Amino acid sequence: MRAFFDSDLWYSFSRSPVTVLSAIVAFVCVAGAAFAPWLAPHNPFDLATLNLMDAFKPPAWEAEGDPAFLLGTDNQGRDVLSAIMFGARISVVVGIAAVLFATVLGVLLGLLAGYLGGTVDAVLMRIADIQLTFPSILVALLIDGVARAVLPRDLHSEVAIYVLIFAIGISNWPQFARTVRGSAMVERSKEYVQAAKVIGVPPFAIMIRHVLPNVMGPVLVIATLNLGFAVLTEATLSFLGVGVPPTQPSLGTLIRVGNDFLFSGEWWITIFPGVALIMLVLSVNLLGDWLRDALNPKLR
Amino acid sequence: MPAFILSRILQAIPVLLVVALLSFAMFAYVGDPVAIMLGQDYTPAQRDALIQDLGLDQPFLAQFAAFLWKAVQGEFGVSYRLSRPVAELILERAPATLELAFAAALLALLVGVPMGVYTGLYRNSWLSRFFLTFSLIGVSLPTFLIGILLILCFAVWLGWLPSFGRGDVVQLGWWSTGLLTIGGLRALILPAVTLGLLQLTLIMRLVRAEMLEVLRTDYIKFARARGLTNRAIHFGHALKNTLVPVITITGLQLGAIIAFAIVTETVFQWPGMGLLFIQSVAAADIPVMSAYLLLIALLFVTINLIVDILYYVVDPRLRIGRGAAAR
Repeated sequence: MRAFFDSDLWYSFSRSPVTVLSAIVAFVCVAGAAFAPWLAPHNPFDLATLNLMDAFKPPAWEAEGDPAFLLGTDNQGRDVLSAIMFGARISVVVGIAAVLFATVLGVLLGLLAGYLGGTVDAVLMRIADIQLTFPSILVALLIDGVARAVLPRDLHSEVAIYVLIFAIGISNWPQFARTVRGSAMVERSKEYVQAAKVIGVPPFAIMIRHVLPNVMGPVLVIATLNLGFAVLTEATLSFLGVGVPPTQPSLGTLIRVGNDFLFSGEWWITIFPGVALIMLVLSVNLLGDWLRDALNPKLR
Repeated sequence: MPAFILSRILQAIPVLLVVALLSFAMFAYVGDPVAIMLGQDYTPAQRDALIQDLGLDQPFLAQFAAFLWKAVQGEFGVSYRLSRPVAELILERAPATLELAFAAALLALLVGVPMGVYTGLYRNSWLSRFFLTFSLIGVSLPTFLIGILLILCFAVWLGWLPSFGRGDVVQLGWWSTGLLTIGGLRALILPAVTLGLLQLTLIMRLVRAEMLEVLRTDYIKFARARGLTNRAIHFGHALKNTLVPVITITGLQLGAIIAFAIVTETVFQWPGMGLLFIQSVAAADIPVMSAYLLLIALLFVTINLIVDILYYVVDPRLRIGRGAAAR
């Protein structure tokens, strides 16, 4: 513990007020999402506690507000704050899982391309090039559309969340693969790899046990920066109505549903989930930016 | 120059072929087109006739070749959802998307470049700081939230601008334009701002960074020593040399604009290709999806090609380098 507080990383962290603030905001968002079932004032999915008489209540500080519903209620009398906490839970889970998937896939393929070189490298990198020509949101949309066509309807809504994680993960792997490939190509010619080869370590073991730990630094930074992006992609897809099913609303779904009430003046149903989304993404992005600069020895 | 363009075109062909293969695989193997087209009641004879008619009994490569040949002629089959030829649907929606994308790109360039130059020249003024903060927000706000916030402000609260649709449209042959009527132009403002904002902030930040870089170089100092006016130095010498990366990013961002047009069109119910595509994804309408995929790939490859050619025009060093290498 002592070593941690003495480290350069902690020093640069505590010296940057913006970073400390965004760490606090990110912590509040993620904790609120993770412990939603215990922290949320209401359970928005428990139909027994919903009362249509509570529908369309404005936030508590407005004249007609009800102190029981801090951020107001939606068309079915659900507490907006609780819905946001449960929604953020799904957004964060999908975001983290998608980034993990993209990281594992990208790192493995990048390692193969960089370490083996030759045809494997050429084929993998051409695929990455072609995929990078298309914005990732389009790739994710296409995968989701194909999954919808292949799977029967009721099965699809059951596995929709996994399809979403797969789609977002697939659309992000080239960034990881490119970075890892670059570092792996450098590591390949270093002496410790040569030494491992000489004593007869099989190539796959060299890749995983020796090269991999040495190329993970930049991967951590990309993964953090990608997390905000993955959460945004999930929100965008759900907003477009092709993401998670309405029975498990994420922040994007809440914004889409609330959007229908914008014109009748119930702005809080859509604006508060939006604010929560921005807070989450902005704080994670600022943390990622800081991590990138802090781990970059050139900027010290 | 022709050799350079030719090699670029040759590089683009494999990309298009791979995308076409993907698009064909979707078309041929996802869902059962025969079952969908026949409906509920059919005899085995009818089924066999349709299979033969669609060429589904042919080998894979022959089917792919037939698909390519039809695609080149602009035939993409019939939409499952709307029962109309896909080419007709896309052609009908294309003007709306292209006008929106064009307006957004124009806005991003016309506002982004001057803002970038200003923040690069006077980087400590309060206005520059304001622009930079604003650009940070522009980068982290998702497109659909920008749209919703603009609708809330300008359509719901202030009531100044329409919030959905294209307004009044004039037909010029097959091209329907909203640029010629006041209603059409008013309807264009909010979607174009929504779509252009992210690109605007990216261009501004890029121009600022490039200006800061260029202003430090020796030839700018030399130009000052020659006693040129600030105006000539800033715009004649400095800005001109920031243009190469700006062109690249703008070109590549044009692709992003088309992709994010899907989101903007959904928010504003703008009747373009993006809205058509998202409705097709939701309804698993494979022919429209595969045609859209091909079309977008063609568009992106063309944009990349134009960007490469523009490089060549803007940067004389490229021409000299190539010429010297050839000799």
